[in-house]
Amino acid sequence: MKSLQQLKRLLKQEHPDYPHIKLALLGDSATQFLATAIRGEGVARGLSVDLFEAEYNQVERQVLDPTSDLHGFRAEFTVVFQSSHKLLEKYSLAPAEARANLAQERLDFVRTLCTSVPGKVIYYNYPEIGDGVFGSYQNKVAGSFVYQVRKLNLGLMELSQEFPNLYVCDLAELQAKLGRDFCFDSSVYVSTEMLLSLDALPYVASRTLDIVCAIRGQFKKCLILDLDNTLWGGVVGDDGWENIQVGHGLGIGKAFSEFQQWVRKLKDRGIILCVCSKNDADKAREPFEKNPEMVLHLDDFAVFMANWDNKVDNIRTIREILNIGFDSMVFLDDNPFERNMVREGIPELCVPELPEDPGDYLEYLYGLNLFETASYSSADKDRTKQYQVEARRASSALSFANEADFLKSLGMVSEVRGFDSFNTPRVAQLSQRSNQFNLRTVRYTEDEVRRLGADPGFACFSFTLADKFGDNGLICVVILEKRDAGTLFINTWLMSCRVLKRGMEAFTLNTLVAFAREHGFRRLIGEYLPTAKNGMVAEHYPRLGFTPLPEAPERLFALEVEDYQPLECYIEKKS
Amino acid sequence: MQREELLLQIQEIFRDVLDDEEIVLEPATTADDVEGWDSLTHIQLIVAIEKHFKIKFTSKEILSWKNVGELVDCLASKLA
Repeated sequence: MKSLQQLKRLLKQEHPDYPHIKLALLGDSATQFLATAIRGEGVARGLSVDLFEAEYNQVERQVLDPTSDLHGFRAEFTVVFQSSHKLLEKYSLAPAEARANLAQERLDFVRTLCTSVPGKVIYYNYPEIGDGVFGSYQNKVAGSFVYQVRKLNLGLMELSQEFPNLYVCDLAELQAKLGRDFCFDSSVYVSTEMLLSLDALPYVASRTLDIVCAIRGQFKKCLILDLDNTLWGGVVGDDGWENIQVGHGLGIGKAFSEFQQWVRKLKDRGIILCVCSKNDADKAREPFEKNPEMVLHLDDFAVFMANWDNKVDNIRTIREILNIGFDSMVFLDDNPFERNMVREGIPELCVPELPEDPGDYLEYLYGLNLFETASYSSADKDRTKQYQVEARRASSALSFANEADFLKSLGMVSEVRGFDSFNTPRVAQLSQRSNQFNLRTVRYTEDEVRRLGADPGFACFSFTLADKFGDNGLICVVILEKRDAGTLFINTWLMSCRVLKRGMEAFTLNTLVAFAREHGFRRLIGEYLPTAKNGMVAEHYPRLGFTPLPEAPERLFALEVEDYQPLECYIEKKS
Repeated sequence: MQREELLLQIQEIFRDVLDDEEIVLEPATTADDVEGWDSLTHIQLIVAIEKHFKIKFTSKEILSWKNVGELVDCLASKLA
């Protein structure tokens, strides 16, 4: 973790090209250093944080007064740090009979906060302070402080399910990991009114930016694992599949079993798993096939690379198959030499410095919070299967002489629908996850998707794609804005990169033009807004036959519906 | 450790925390004499000194010093 001093220095390295985010910080204690740490951590992640810092202890006033500076600032992210310490003070001053209402009162305020602030709310939950008034008996007393704090934290989780714009930043978990004596420094508090120790600030800033980045679509999607001494103890090529350490029998096997259980939970959450190991391929597979103690199985992995080539090349191949950015991948390997080589070869890749003792792997990884996310749906757990199918599809393509024959052979079918209660979460998720094939990179929450779907000023399309190898699920979203009687503006066009080069763009455009004709629109206007990641669609509209508009030829493109000839594609519309 | 040497080490910490290689501390130096030494950076300096010498100041001590010399006296008494 960087020190506060390092974060402060980073501020001087802020680059003028970094994307800006507007973030408001409200606290009931002094927050100047927290503001510095958040801005510094932003720079570390390539973001310029335009920060509005409210005057000390004005949380309620800033939120409740619609004419306050906070409301004028129109933050994308409002970070609110109401501390356990000040809550305890309030508790202590309240008459005894009012203390049991403390959590509810605060929750009522957070509810108001969520409805009155534009953008996302990042709310720090409450680390516990055991005030020693009741001892452990506090668990039986609804009016004890710890009872109220726990109730409040549970209430915040419930509220965050109710309000899609509320993201709880888990300071309570962070303090459980780091310890209260690390997080709070009485002399810092007495002399500055700051409630976080200087050493804790970078952790808090990092957890805050984890949430900001996840909401902005920057998060980890894939975990690449070494095998020997990472996933099991020992070297399978030397020891044999029976003698590797895993499970409760041999050596430190249970440390590896528990590590595998963690990896499996990640897979169930939607993280794509891959193997990259220096081994004979058949030897590397044996433990998965034969050792009953193994928690992970071959079908948990989307790509399995076991060979003697260097790991940098293997990871590059994995990236090509999955078609995701290196910055969304994590590589775990016990061998410092391999780690350094991979770091050098692929600087964007996240390569944690695993501790030497495998028994320490998990606690170390828990502390890194690598897998922050801004959404979760039950469809996530099928993602591995989709990527496995993609790997098979890629090898099948090799056997066809030309692309058209291959595409025909796939028997592709797409279902076109508007936004409905079933696909709304997936539409929102795709809008948050898609960085490369995304023309304007506008992110939508579930609530916004629902509103757009019902708005007669918009026409919304979602596309699925299935073929003989499997179902890709919902892979493309288009939102058309009815600008005037004759013009449709393409507010959003985004697509999962898993279905590139299948003619899906042509199918989509055919569908859009058919819609335009049917409803009497004469013209489609498309816009390309460049980001660091969406260079692949810079030529998207010209490729499909749109003409650049003279007022902004790099950015705006038009298509006359009347002249349009349907583009050739081999995708059938599901009726 | 001699006071002069403590003063030099503290000077190094000031230079590092305040990012200014030209800071020169004397026993009579006060916050008004050093650019960037304000109530906020004060606590950063204190925490850095505590870490460097592996000691803890009390809140009362932190609020009591009127100049660098008094800080050094306090530090010396803890290291004695």
